[in-house]
Amino acid sequence: MNASVENSLSEAGAAGFLHRYEGLRARLPGIGLPWLAALRDGAAEAFRAQGFPTRRVEAWKYTDLAPLTQAGFGEPLTPVESALPLPRHAAPKRVVFVDGRFSPELSDTDVPVRSLARHLPELEGRLGTLARVDDLPLVALNTALFEDGALIELAPGEDGGVIELLSVTRADRPVTSHPRHLVRLGEGAKLVLIERSWGHGESRYLHSPVFEVEVAEGAHITHARIQQEARAGLHLSTVFARVAAGGTYDSFLLHAGARLSRSEAHVALVGPKAAAHLNGAQLLGDGQHGDCTTFLDHAAPDCPSRQTVKTVLAGRSRGVFQGKIHVHQVAQRTDGYQMNQALLLSDQAEIDSKPQLEIYADDVKCSHGATVGELDEDQLFYLRARGIPAAVARSMLIEAFLQEAIDGVTEESAQAALSEAVAGWWERNAA
Amino acid sequence: MLKIEGLTAEIEGKEILKGIDLEVPQGEVHAIMGPNGSGKSTLSYVLAGREGYEITGGTATFNGQDLLAMEPEERAATGLFLAFQYPVELPGVGNANFLRTALNAQRRTKGEPELDAMQFLKTARARMKELSMPEDMLKRGVNVGFSGGEKKRNEVLQMALLQPKIAILDETDSGLDIDALKIVADGVNAMRGPEFSALVITHYQRLLDYIVPDKVHVLMGGRIVQTGGPELAHQLEASGYGSVQAA
Repeated sequence: MNASVENSLSEAGAAGFLHRYEGLRARLPGIGLPWLAALRDGAAEAFRAQGFPTRRVEAWKYTDLAPLTQAGFGEPLTPVESALPLPRHAAPKRVVFVDGRFSPELSDTDVPVRSLARHLPELEGRLGTLARVDDLPLVALNTALFEDGALIELAPGEDGGVIELLSVTRADRPVTSHPRHLVRLGEGAKLVLIERSWGHGESRYLHSPVFEVEVAEGAHITHARIQQEARAGLHLSTVFARVAAGGTYDSFLLHAGARLSRSEAHVALVGPKAAAHLNGAQLLGDGQHGDCTTFLDHAAPDCPSRQTVKTVLAGRSRGVFQGKIHVHQVAQRTDGYQMNQALLLSDQAEIDSKPQLEIYADDVKCSHGATVGELDEDQLFYLRARGIPAAVARSMLIEAFLQEAIDGVTEESAQAALSEAVAGWWERNAA
Repeated sequence: MLKIEGLTAEIEGKEILKGIDLEVPQGEVHAIMGPNGSGKSTLSYVLAGREGYEITGGTATFNGQDLLAMEPEERAATGLFLAFQYPVELPGVGNANFLRTALNAQRRTKGEPELDAMQFLKTARARMKELSMPEDMLKRGVNVGFSGGEKKRNEVLQMALLQPKIAILDETDSGLDIDALKIVADGVNAMRGPEFSALVITHYQRLLDYIVPDKVHVLMGGRIVQTGGPELAHQLEASGYGSVQAA
């Protein structure tokens, strides 16, 4: 580790990040825009007031941020253009962010994605409208510190095709990045966004993106989120989505990497017949912690929502599922379904599951369920009795367990990318 | 040749097999008959290598190889096949994927080239036609939503594809109507030849009208108590197991 890296390390905990903000403030993009300076300052203040969440906070009862708060992190260095190994394309067109900053060199051209940092003056009244900072300290931190992100705006009726958004962290030093992504679909627009978080290196680091996704009437977004951070990485992401009448936010979350990951989704269905799919899978190996937390707001009538989350836990790993569905009084004829299932492959693995339904409307169909189990010995024996080696038999049963969740992804390209990520996880963890 | 000598086994401390002696020479089909609780299914599971049984004594070899020292998949690769009394459902595992994975795993062990998807489908479809199985059973989850008869036919299909040297059929006749029974029996009879032997485990003589065995053994109280020709099955059917004196 060289001297300049040492110097960039700040003190541990919230104070370190607040000092970072003070030091960086004058150089942050858009700080000359009064609305944005106010937004950032307000967010920094909100973060100062809250600090990092502890396990005494109900929403963080099962996820301990000690790996983040007890170590020092530095800001990314100015890019040194070294050959960065990148994963294969998950879609024909992709844009690449390195350490939270847009990389034109690594990105394809003719993709309807722009660098947020370069278009901030246009975004007053659009950026920060969905993201809440008062009770979400990581979102506050992101709002204060973001340097860049993807800006995707589709005109009414526009088909954005299939886009891969790849966020790469060069984990050769303990950096943090807080990219802010803004996705806005006009009426009837369509987009398949394959978002991958990917790390290369051995160092601890933090990747903490925030998405704001606006889905106008009749628009449809498939948001496949593939978290493949490096082994020592921390991934703390938050998605805010607002779906207007007849629109669909169709998401799938895969946690396959990182030492600690938590992905929060806050989805509001605000017009009749708006739909949300919040499916996901967590593949956790020894030493990993994965947390899938969702808040689904049914704020309009006739809205369907579907959620199937499956977690596979090996070694000494811990998984968390928290799913809250809030059905407002106005949201009559809500059709909600929530299922979360965990497969424990080891005695030392642990899953915490917390479904929460709050229903204020009287004409509602809402069901939820949770199961925890081990691989079925009879099924395993049946496969082995046919000559299939034990390791292959296990992977077939795990894939079968996950298949139901992946089957919920109707976009073929997204499904293929997810299946490949699952296969990759299995290859690394097969034993 | 399958050779079992003095085999004893217990489950959860309870002795089920109390000294089995049995030989099934290559090319022969033997039947094991016996009342409920006599140890028929335990014997088939112990031979196939299911966990949960403790072998407390004796040996079981197939063509000189020690079966009891092998993993279940190794036993399968040496040519042993168990048709399950209760075939297991595997939701999310497609039948075609399952069959091809099993077939190729065994071919790989034997050093034979693997079948690609097209070659496999061609072979599988031909066998399925012989067993009057609808083709969409390939696309469904393994045994998921299959009727009792379909599950048993799926077992015989697996046997036809895997071409074992010895098949243990554990009450393959249970739950079958007469037409399905004939189809299953035809499937087994088609396998018969100098390279194939079978151990047909059944409660009733009915199946043995269609799969005529070279020998019939009576299993009672964890031991083979009587051995005879096919006529022994008819004798048991007429007079019941009560007529057999425990040895």
